[in-house]
Order: sequence, then structure tokens, then C-alpha cells
Amino acid sequence: MTRHRKIDHPDDDNRLDSMAQGVLGKPVDRLEGPLKVSGLATYAAEARPSGMVHGVLVRATITKGRVTAIDRQAALALPGVLAVITDPRMVRYSAQGMADKGPKAGPQTVDYHGQPIALVVAEGFEQARHAANALHIAYEEEPAPVDPDAVTPEMPQAKQKAQGDLDAAMRDAAFGIDSTYTTPTLMAAAMEPHAAIAEWDGDNVTVRAALQMLASDRKQLADALGIELERVRLLAPYVGGGFGSKLGIAPEAVAAAIAAKELGVPVSVALTRMQEFDITHRRSESRQRVLLAAGADGVLTGIGHEVLVSNLPDSPFSEPVTQATPFTYQAAHRRIVHRIARVHRSCAGSVRAPGEAIGVTVFEAAMDELAEAVGIDPVELRLRNIPDREPGTGRPYSVNRLGDCLREGAHRFGWSQRRAPRERREGEWFIGMGVAAAVRVNMLIESRARVTLTEDGAKVETDMTDIGTGTYTILRQIAAEMLGLPVDAVEVHLGDTDFPPAAGSGGSFGAASSGTSVYLACEDLRTRIAERMGCAEAELRLQDGRASFRNDTRELRDLLAGEVLVAEGHVEPGDAEKQARQATWGAHFAEVAVSRYTGEVRVRRMLGVFACGRILNEKTARSQCLGGMTFGIGMALTEAVEHDPRSGHIVNRDLAAYHLPSHADVPAQDVIFLPDRDGFAGPMQAKGIGELGICGAGGAVLNAIYNARGVRVRDLPATPDKVMP
Amino acid sequence: MREFQYSRASSVSDAVASGATFIAGGTNLLDLMKHEIMSPGRVVDISRLDLDRIEAEGEGLRIGALVRNSDLAADLRVRRDYPVLSRALLAGASGQLRNMATTGGNLLQRTRCPYFYDTATPCNKRDPGTGCSAIGGVSRMNAVLGVSDACIAAHPSDMAVAMMVLDAVVEVEGPAGTRRIPIGAFYRLPGDTPHIETVLEPGDLITAVLLPAPKPGEHRYRKVRDRASYAFALVSVAAVVRMDGDVIGDAALAFGGLAPMPWRVPAAEAALRGQQPSAALFDRAADLALEGAKPQEGNAFKLPLTRRTLAVTLAEACGLEDMQ
Repeated sequence: MTRHRKIDHPDDDNRLDSMAQGVLGKPVDRLEGPLKVSGLATYAAEARPSGMVHGVLVRATITKGRVTAIDRQAALALPGVLAVITDPRMVRYSAQGMADKGPKAGPQTVDYHGQPIALVVAEGFEQARHAANALHIAYEEEPAPVDPDAVTPEMPQAKQKAQGDLDAAMRDAAFGIDSTYTTPTLMAAAMEPHAAIAEWDGDNVTVRAALQMLASDRKQLADALGIELERVRLLAPYVGGGFGSKLGIAPEAVAAAIAAKELGVPVSVALTRMQEFDITHRRSESRQRVLLAAGADGVLTGIGHEVLVSNLPDSPFSEPVTQATPFTYQAAHRRIVHRIARVHRSCAGSVRAPGEAIGVTVFEAAMDELAEAVGIDPVELRLRNIPDREPGTGRPYSVNRLGDCLREGAHRFGWSQRRAPRERREGEWFIGMGVAAAVRVNMLIESRARVTLTEDGAKVETDMTDIGTGTYTILRQIAAEMLGLPVDAVEVHLGDTDFPPAAGSGGSFGAASSGTSVYLACEDLRTRIAERMGCAEAELRLQDGRASFRNDTRELRDLLAGEVLVAEGHVEPGDAEKQARQATWGAHFAEVAVSRYTGEVRVRRMLGVFACGRILNEKTARSQCLGGMTFGIGMALTEAVEHDPRSGHIVNRDLAAYHLPSHADVPAQDVIFLPDRDGFAGPMQAKGIGELGICGAGGAVLNAIYNARGVRVRDLPATPDKVMP
Repeated sequence: MREFQYSRASSVSDAVASGATFIAGGTNLLDLMKHEIMSPGRVVDISRLDLDRIEAEGEGLRIGALVRNSDLAADLRVRRDYPVLSRALLAGASGQLRNMATTGGNLLQRTRCPYFYDTATPCNKRDPGTGCSAIGGVSRMNAVLGVSDACIAAHPSDMAVAMMVLDAVVEVEGPAGTRRIPIGAFYRLPGDTPHIETVLEPGDLITAVLLPAPKPGEHRYRKVRDRASYAFALVSVAAVVRMDGDVIGDAALAFGGLAPMPWRVPAAEAALRGQQPSAALFDRAADLALEGAKPQEGNAFKLPLTRRTLAVTLAEACGLEDMQ
């Protein structure tokens, strides 16, 4: 039986609030935690099918051109080497998330320095790596631009937006800000590098891979290999972080499948950390001009956000930097400009809250400049500019909690203690506070799950992934809550395309989308139990394995009488998402210390206050936000990919040189969730969380640096050389 | 990685006789071998040799070459008498790396110039004669002093900077016997041969680092870096300063992150001696320390950053309260 629901209307029944088990929202420990900390959870590269051999991708060492010859004989003569594969179906870079087709094939045409052009397969990994290094390749090279500032950018019509007359608003403004910021290329840098192990059984291939969205990944891989969808099975039960880099299939999965077919044995292709930097999607660098026109009271009359990002010539993706700009603050005169520089750096794609992560961060830094110019408190400036309805469209907000988050955060953080720039000092260190809004669009994606109820408990099956986010645990909690079972009585099986296709993990939509499909399946099971109890589903109470209706309480076991009930839940987005502007809201507060001598910045404390619908698990939700806030520190202070100015290739290709925040960079962080329900998000009133924590977080840090030292850093990250006055 | 022969040395003389590449903690060599930046045909493991003790020798200390960075940093004698060394060690790498890395290996770690690590790019240090990609490339972490047209790589060690300020002596066992090399004469500047980084000859094995009698005064190590932990120095300053009333009685300074070797400038130290500490004096010392600097566009910030780091380090060491 399938319970299908298209979310065409807001659902304000809040059924979950009246469920009896009381496990949803609780800080339940991760289901798979013990497996991960004891090494029993097998990640993509850790399977060892019998006869498995190792492939290593060979990279192009030119920026653009064509491979004219590969000396495979010399490589084949090396110990252990089995094959040098240059199949034209191999792909040049990763697929974008949710694409139906495989990414661009034909690795003999080179689009960027570092692109995979061949696969060397050997009995041992080090043998393959050595042969890959030793492979002699001849190229025909073409000149290619690598500097986004040195090309004439594209300006796709559909991405430009204007309303009113911003230039006039700027001329007439009592206070105007016209500031340009730059953000560098950033990497997802997930802990688990990409890997794939492919194994064929006749014409069917099974690939264990590090992926976020199996349903669309399966389509991409089938398309890339030129085989039917049904012949591809993907397994990704445990994924060590994705942050966007594993949304679509990447070159290693295609190469492993091709090599395994050619050689007739299982083939593993695991990327090294350096290859992660070479091959996987980067977040585009950006140049962002923010224009703000305001009256003497700080009320905005004009907003402009003009951005330049880059990607390869044919890539459909461009970092949606201004995604939240149209609906965060009100102003009569508005302009969005979106330029795309076509350059031959590696492929840009979705990384950690594409768009808002850098867009909100920069916009919120510019808002701080405006507060300074107008001479009002930065929290107050934001409160004065929160719209009643979505600017431009006039749609209502499903809910808008930005003001609540700012007020609650200011109170809890002790914002009233903030002083003027350079006024607070402790010895060598200037101390400052900063604030920024957090905004991120909310999405629901089609998703299915199957729930099986037996005398012993329930089993959830879906091809949804848990990329370290807590999916196993929250799906277990949803099913336990709906079916009145202790959490231990619910098994969850994920990451297998033999299960019903889910939304996958991406865009913060995983928990709500996949969770709603489980909710719907359980709703169907509840209906069938209610029938046996002779009541309506809404009148049924399920708790601790017992069903109750009025004075009648029966054991679920007795009601089932040995029968196995199976239900599938299927949710699809509908008109609800058009009727209202849905978003998640928050406010970031940061306190930093800045050395007056060296410009070193130490974040001393951070607070994030968030409103993102129903919280499914306090602990995993909080962890998501802590991670996002930590990435905010990285964006503000430490993270930057450096491209070689001649070839465009990524120069700092390891985690010693690409500086994610270390423990010593991360201070005491606090996360507060405001009680929130959003019926437009569906029957669970739950929304995305994962990405909200990063959106704007770096802005609070940058603003705190200004408050501490009086230095405005507009070229991120704020490394000591830029802060040092 | 290329295939190589591995064996374990049973004695120092056994190791020296092998003429092979030595491996101890392996924190640097193993990475370099995986990426084929170094491809020794023969690797001799010295990690079980009896060189892991810290012992008194004369008025100073004898630190076995295999003493782990974490053990050396925690040693009570080091913390009491040579705190600059303990601080420098703890400013370096990560806890996991310090638990593996050894004293001898730390002195010999290779540069972190990203082009040295990228076998697709020319690098005179990795492949002599191919050119230097860092010149005209990304140079943030590279050197500004002691560089040549062939190489601008910086030495990455923190420990070696402290050893330099302490006038440590490197004890080497070689085919021709034992040598004691002052650390100031241990490293070679790149010139035309950046692949040759020290005066060691094939077969030479560092057996110990000798510290002379403790230097009295304030010991400081200040490292400025792009993140608070596990990052190489943009600039670091090791300073030992002894006040004599209200003038500087003696001062020793060494710099990290600036040069192909831990950098010491006697003229800068001489300029401090007998003088009353002041911002102007520290600036004068910085002028001397940075004399002859040849920055790239991407690392020119190191000059003002060094000036400021030196000033704050000296101010602290001299007990200067508020320095404008």
C-alpha cells in the first residue's frame, strides 16, 4: 500500500505533537555511532570483494587541449599493472546534484589542469599509483583563460532582476554603502575521500560509492555507462561527509565500473586527498558588490547585489550567491546582477549551502557597514528592515522568524555589552562583537520509503543516505513516534538503490523530505491498525507497543496476529511551495579577539539562534549547526583555495595547506532552536537545518573583527596579513 | 609509491654503513614517498636504535636523535632551562604528529612549498634544473630571505628555530666518524643547488642534538600562522633576552617561516645589546634582521608581519608594558 501526498496546502494539523511515544525531537544518540567509532561501519573504500584490484586516475597536466598519445606499453611493463583504460565513456568531472544524465564524457579532451584522463589498474594500490605517475602522455595544448577577472563574463537574462530605480535610490539616500567583497574558491573537504568499488554480475553492476543522492546518482551512472537503470545498483550505507561534493557521481565511479567490466574483477578507485582537490567540485570564488541605500533612520530604500562567479564553459551550474537577497530585507528599489566568468579552473558545483553561505555572509558584512554609517545598532538596523511579505512577489512568508532570532540571540549573547570599535581591550587583544542574520531557502524533494511492521517491531527501508547527519537516527525516531514503539524496536536500512528512492542528502532537504515519506508510510500503517481497533486513525493512540482507543487497550502483537504490514510513503512537493516564501531563519553572534600587533584573530564565543521548523533530534540538529558555524569560522578566517595564476590549478591541495578550522580555532559555541512549526513544509512541520548554520556565520565573525579592531576585511579570508593594520 | 627495500638497523654503525635513506617517525618521508617526491630505493628503519634519551652532558643537555617531539617538549629540564624549545615544539604540527616525529627528523623535514609537493610542476628542489614554479606562482608560505633565483622554499620547522637561538650542535655519525656541527653551519642556502639542504653526506646519521648551558633570561617563541593549530609559520620569532637593569644585557633571535633555514642575524642581536628597550630599538633590529629580503608579491606581507611579531615578542621578553 502506498500513501502518497503532494504538499499542495499548508498542513497545520501538527499530528506529531499529539503522538504518545515522546521520542521525536529528543536528543537520541546516533544509531550507527558505535559502529563508526569502533571501525565496523564500512565506508565506500573499505569493502574487500574477492579478487579486487585497484585503479588510480591519471590527471591532465595541461589546462586545456587534447591528449594525443599515451604510452601504455611502458606502464603495462611495470610490476602488477593490469590495464591502462582510456574509455571514451569516462567522465571529466562530477555530475551536478540531481542531474538525470551523466557528466561530460570524453576524458581525452582536457578542460582543466588535474582532470582525469585515464585509469591505471594494478593488483596493488601503490603499484597503480606509481604506474599512473610514470605514465607518459603527449598533449596538444590550447591557450585558455583561468582568471575570472580577465574574461568578459556572461550575463544570462533569467538571472538578472531589477525593480524600481536603484541608482536613483542611491543618489537620494541619506546613507549609502557601495562595497565590493571577494571570497575565494572553497572546497567541501569531506573527511571521507571519494571512492568506488564496482563489481559486475553478468550485465548488472553493483557500485559501493561515497554518494549523497542515490536515486539520481543511479540515473547518472546508468547514462554514463550506456546501460539500463535497472542494471545499476548503488550501495552507500555509510558516507563520511559530503557537503555537496558527493551529490552527483564523480569520475571514480564511472572509471571503476568500466574497469571492472573490462577486467572481469571488482575494481576499487579511491581518490587521494590531493585528487579530491584536483577533481571534485569547488565552490566558485566570488566578487560581490553590495549597494545599500537607506534613509536617516536606517530603513532601506535600495538593495543591490552584483556578483561575479566562475565555472567551466559548458557547466550549467553557477553559484547562486544572491539566492536569499530578494527576500531577506525590504526595499523599494532592487537590483540583482549575476555574471559568470567562463574559465578553465576545475568544475564548480554545490558546496556547503551553495549561494547563501557566501552571499548572506557578504551581505551581512555590508549591513554592518550600513549600521556604522547610519549610527544605529546592527541588530536594530536589521529589525527595521524585515519585510511583512516577500518583496517583489508580495507572497506571504510561511513563517518569518528572523526578528525573533535576532532578539533572542541579542538577549542571550549579552549584546548590550557591545562597545564602539576599538574600545574594549585586554592587554594585546582587542575584543569585539558581531552579528549577522542567517537565512536559507527551504526545499522539499520527492521521496519514498517503505516501512514494515511485524510483531517484533518496525523496519524502515529507503535509498536515503546518512552522510554523518543523523538520518538513521531521525528516521528511527519518526517511525517510533508514529507507531508507538521504543526506538530500539525500529531498524533503519539506508543507502541501497534496491530500496524505494528517496530525496537523498543535499540542500538541507534530506531530513524533512525523507522523514515525511516515512511519516506517510507510518500514517498508512496507523490507519490499518485503527481499522483493527475499530476507530479512526486520528483517534488511535500508539505507545510502547500498545494500541488504545478510549478504554480499549490492546497489544500491537495481538492486533497483528502474526501478520506483516508493509506500507510505502511517497511525498512530492506541490503548490504549497508556490503559495508562500519558505525559508529557515537564524541569527549569528560572535565575539573575537584581535591581536593589535599581528592581526591574528581568535574567535572567543559564538551563538547561533535558529528557527527551522520542528526539530527531529535535538542532538543531531545541534551538531549540524555547530558544524555549519565552524565552517563559518573557516570562511571568515582560514579557508582559501589558491589557484596557480598560470595554469589555474589548485595549488594548496591538502589539509595541511587548505586550512579548515582546527580545534584550537573553534571556541565555545552555543546553539538555540526557537520552537517553530511550519505547515507549508508538510505534515511534519520540519525544515532543513544542515546548511543554515553556515549562512551568515562568517559575517558575524567579520563584523566582530571590525568592532574589535576597526578593520573592515572585504577580501576573505581575514588572515593576519589583512587584519594587521 | 615506488618499490623499495626496507630493513631495520641493528646499530648506529649498521645504519651508517648502509648508506640508505633513514626513516624514524616517518611523518614527512612517508608522504613524500607516496607522492614520489622522494623515491629512495632503500630505506633503513632506525626507530629502534638506542638514541631516544635526554641526558645531562656538561652544563647542557644531550638529546638523542630519536627523542619524540612530544617527549622533548614535556621534559622537565627542557621546560625549566630551555623553555623556548618546549614552546617551539608545541607550536608545531599536531599532537598526533608530535607523538611520532623525532628530533633528528624534525631538523631534516622538507619544505612545504606546494610546488615541491606537486610532481606536475617544475621544481628545482625536487627535480634539479626544471625551474621554480613558486616564483611567479603562489608564494604565501615561501621565503623572503636567503632565497635564490632557483628556489624560494622556506624551512618549515619550529623546533629548528629554537635550536638555532639556543646554539645547538648537531652530532653526526658518518662513514668517517663522529662530527659535531653547530646548527648555524648545518644548513645550506639554496643557491644553484636547492636540492642540497644540509652539509650531511650520504651515510651520515644524526645521533643527537646537543644543547649548551642554558641561556639565562626570558625565553619566548611567537608563531603567527593562518590557523590556531596545525599550520606552518607565516613568521615565527624565537627570542632569548636577558635584561641587565633597564638595558638589554644579551639577546639572541632566530626566525622561522622567512628563509630556507632557521634564520639568525647577529647584527640585529648586537644592535639590541646594552640598549634600553623601545619600539624604535625593536624596529631597528627588524631593519637589520630583514636586510636583503627579496619578497614576492604573494609574501611581501611577511616583512611588516615580522617587524610586528619581533616587536611584540621583544616587548614581552623585556617586560615593556605598553608598546605603541
